[in-house]
Amino acid sequence: MRRERSALAAILPFLWLAIFFAFPFLLVAKLSLSDAALAMPPYAPRIDWSQGLAGVQAFLAGLDGETYARLTQDRLYLDAYLSSLRLAATGTLILLLIGYPIAYGISRCPPRLRQALVMAVILPFWTSFLIRIYAWIAILKPAGLLNVVLAKLGLPAVDILNTETAVLLGLVYAYLPFMVLPLYAVLDRQDETLIEAAQDLGATPISAFWRVTFPISLPGAAAGALLCFIPMAGEFVIPDLLGGSDTLMLGKVIWTEFFANRDWPAASAVAIVLLATLTIPILLFERQQAKVLR
Amino acid sequence: MSGRPQSPRPQIGGIRETFAPWADPQARPLVRFDGVSKTFGDTTAVDDVSVSIYEREFFALLGPSGCGKTTLMRMLAGFEQPDAGRILLADRDIQADPPHRRPVHMMFQAYALFPHLSVAQNIAFGLKQQKMARDEIAPRVEEMLSLVRLDGMGKRRIDQLSGGQRQRVALARALAPRPRILLLDEPMAALDKKLREETQFELMALQQTLGMTFMIVTHDQDEAMVVADRIAVMREGRIVQVGRPAEVYEAPADRYVAGFIGDINLFEGRVAASENGVVRLVSGDGTFEAEGTGPVGETAWVAVRPEKIAVHAEPPQQGVNTLAGRILDYGYLGDWTTYLVEIAPGRTLRAARANATRATDRPLGCDDPVWLTFATSSAVVLTR
Amino acid sequence: MRKGPSAFNIASVVVGLAFLYAPIVILVVYSFNASRLVTVWGGFSTRWYVALFQDAQMLDAIWVTLRVGALSATLATVVAAFAAVALVRAGRFRGRTVLAGGIYATLVMPEVILGLSLLLLFVSVGLPRGFWTVTLSHATLTLAYATVVIQARLASFDRSLEEAAQDLGCPPWKAFALVTLPGIAPAVAAAWMLAFTLSLDDLVIASFASGPGATTLPMRLYSQVRLGVDPKINAVSTLLIGLVATGVIAAYLAQQHQRRRGAR
Repeated sequence: MRRERSALAAILPFLWLAIFFAFPFLLVAKLSLSDAALAMPPYAPRIDWSQGLAGVQAFLAGLDGETYARLTQDRLYLDAYLSSLRLAATGTLILLLIGYPIAYGISRCPPRLRQALVMAVILPFWTSFLIRIYAWIAILKPAGLLNVVLAKLGLPAVDILNTETAVLLGLVYAYLPFMVLPLYAVLDRQDETLIEAAQDLGATPISAFWRVTFPISLPGAAAGALLCFIPMAGEFVIPDLLGGSDTLMLGKVIWTEFFANRDWPAASAVAIVLLATLTIPILLFERQQAKVLR
Repeated sequence: MSGRPQSPRPQIGGIRETFAPWADPQARPLVRFDGVSKTFGDTTAVDDVSVSIYEREFFALLGPSGCGKTTLMRMLAGFEQPDAGRILLADRDIQADPPHRRPVHMMFQAYALFPHLSVAQNIAFGLKQQKMARDEIAPRVEEMLSLVRLDGMGKRRIDQLSGGQRQRVALARALAPRPRILLLDEPMAALDKKLREETQFELMALQQTLGMTFMIVTHDQDEAMVVADRIAVMREGRIVQVGRPAEVYEAPADRYVAGFIGDINLFEGRVAASENGVVRLVSGDGTFEAEGTGPVGETAWVAVRPEKIAVHAEPPQQGVNTLAGRILDYGYLGDWTTYLVEIAPGRTLRAARANATRATDRPLGCDDPVWLTFATSSAVVLTR
Repeated sequence: MRKGPSAFNIASVVVGLAFLYAPIVILVVYSFNASRLVTVWGGFSTRWYVALFQDAQMLDAIWVTLRVGALSATLATVVAAFAAVALVRAGRFRGRTVLAGGIYATLVMPEVILGLSLLLLFVSVGLPRGFWTVTLSHATLTLAYATVVIQARLASFDRSLEEAAQDLGCPPWKAFALVTLPGIAPAVAAAWMLAFTLSLDDLVIASFASGPGATTLPMRLYSQVRLGVDPKINAVSTLLIGLVATGVIAAYLAQQHQRRRGAR
């Protein structure tokens, strides 16, 4: 009785997601099959409702895969696709390598301090993303703070702004909390007597870590990796501000096609390709979350 | 208490009659706690404990929570360092050994089974740490599985097991590397009563079959009485008495032990005489005689267990250790009936009567006048 | 009985936090730099704050952003509360997987895709782009985050309290309103705060969904940033960081205080 009534609560969020999330994707898919046109909005064909069914038929006949064909002809799209995946994957790997020791370190601290440290990791996330990335420009630019510090130390200057290195740095910086928190959650929940049991059975502290703590924390690592990889693959602000014109990523391509070239069908087609690529990681992420939910 | 009859099984009661290495001055203890103390902040968890545990002994540490029994066990396992004193294992001081180098394995209270490993992998964990050859591990795991009656369950995941099965996996995992001594930390706390009683007998049979030394920590006096060769009763970090279950029950060292293990009736008074192994005590409830010795003129207590007090509906013939009162209340426990008898305003005693016959009618009821008697040999004198 | 942190543990945490905070600290420090150059310290000055408050366009953008943030956060929190109740309380009803799937998909969906699809929606239904389209889009973006926050609290909320209220004669909806809602109120507030800050922060979706007259602060900042480093941006960033940090730390301390009182 009560359960069924609780299910009624789902109606509002369902409607919201249908209107503002699912339906718009259909529009993107439809638009990716259209052609660019000098009109407002800048694409054709459009459904002429005044002709009724014939209008719909004419519209359907006007759809084709031409935009996708165009994507395959231009080397730029393939490059952007590959470098998006490469940068997101490299970024995820680096995040795992530096996020794990941080999360593990926090989980070793006394309970009071642990809470404060978790808070400290979340806090930057609450401050503007754009501003945090902007701060890196001042640090990384040729006459920036990094080079001032390097010069003081007698080291050669580096020029990494507008390179992939800067983009990776920005990705790692911006997504670090998303990696640390899921890892911390599993490490914190871990029963300390398991480590004692491992040591009791003859495992050294290091071996106990690798044979017990680490394998048990893998679901957290997977959650963190997916939580970072998926949005990073479509990231726009970071490659745009830190990567300069040399770094191609799909998020930036969609933005450019849309705002600069006003080629809405191309932007939609790239979005569909990105979405199709991310479907598997997104489904994996959902399975992971469903497990946690249960 | 009903053990599941299994044959052939060792008749532990008989074996225990003759097993008494602690009485032999030549015997070398397997484990020796020597003046061990441990404090956490302001609280003293273990206070100058000295006790020895012998090869093949089933030793119980009994006490209420917070009495230091778990800390004492964790110091033997190596998880806590004593602040003072030494712990010797086979005559060797193991102070400097980290937990993973001690041939002492523990069965944890909540089992601490590794959730990411199967039953067999859990049992093999300690063997792999010993760098045992791969082709030796598998048969040992099989042997352990059948020892705890989990044959064929090796591939199961931990979350597919019942509470009782988990308990047996934990036991098998701790036993597999053949420790010199197995530590059991409240091993049956998570089981229901029936399963607990079965498991107690299985544990005893296992210990006898393997010829191993077990040390159990428990707050359950019945459990300690059933499984152990000797019980050490702990209170506030100290061991107040060590002895066979019957000794601890029938000849408690002080009022604390007497009250902690089973029910007890106490009469406080002054020792009037102490001769021929019998003490006469003058108390507010009357004059009593009990076996033992006591300092004449000093305060002492005569202690008598409820089941050793006889309840009569008619006044008995004049004799020692007789009290008159009325039944305030009673409780029927199936095998026993417990009576609460008021012997003076606000002063009650407990008496228990075995229901040897299937009595449907009640010979005694509330407010009935009754007379209580107990034999001199059934009561003990306590001076503390 | 947890072992304390080793030197390596402490070092990882310290270095990690330094990495997270260094850019923010630099930004704040240089907002008070009299010099226009980032690398030169020209003495303490509040001139950029003065300049900021004389920049009508910037102030206008801040006002738009705050209104969009408050409204979209409220919308998102209401819908999220319903979603959380359905996910936690309704058991395994048909469509639960779909609902959960939709929520988690918006959580990780690249903003560029979300922005583009929302824009196409507004174009196709002929809704003029501006304040309202940005608000609706931000509510959609933040819905998932708000749901996760409320759902976590609701899942750990002792169901038997509500049952006790019903047992004492409360109808189910009233039991929810009188017992559960006050219990999850901190989470609802936290969800609103999170949605609000995410909205304040968003550039990509706002750029797609916005139209003339509804330029948000991140959009204004973005166009300035592209023109080069401007100390006025440091000033507005410092104000934003101060605002958010104060709010978050106050909420944290209030929660700690409550917890400590509850523990007693």
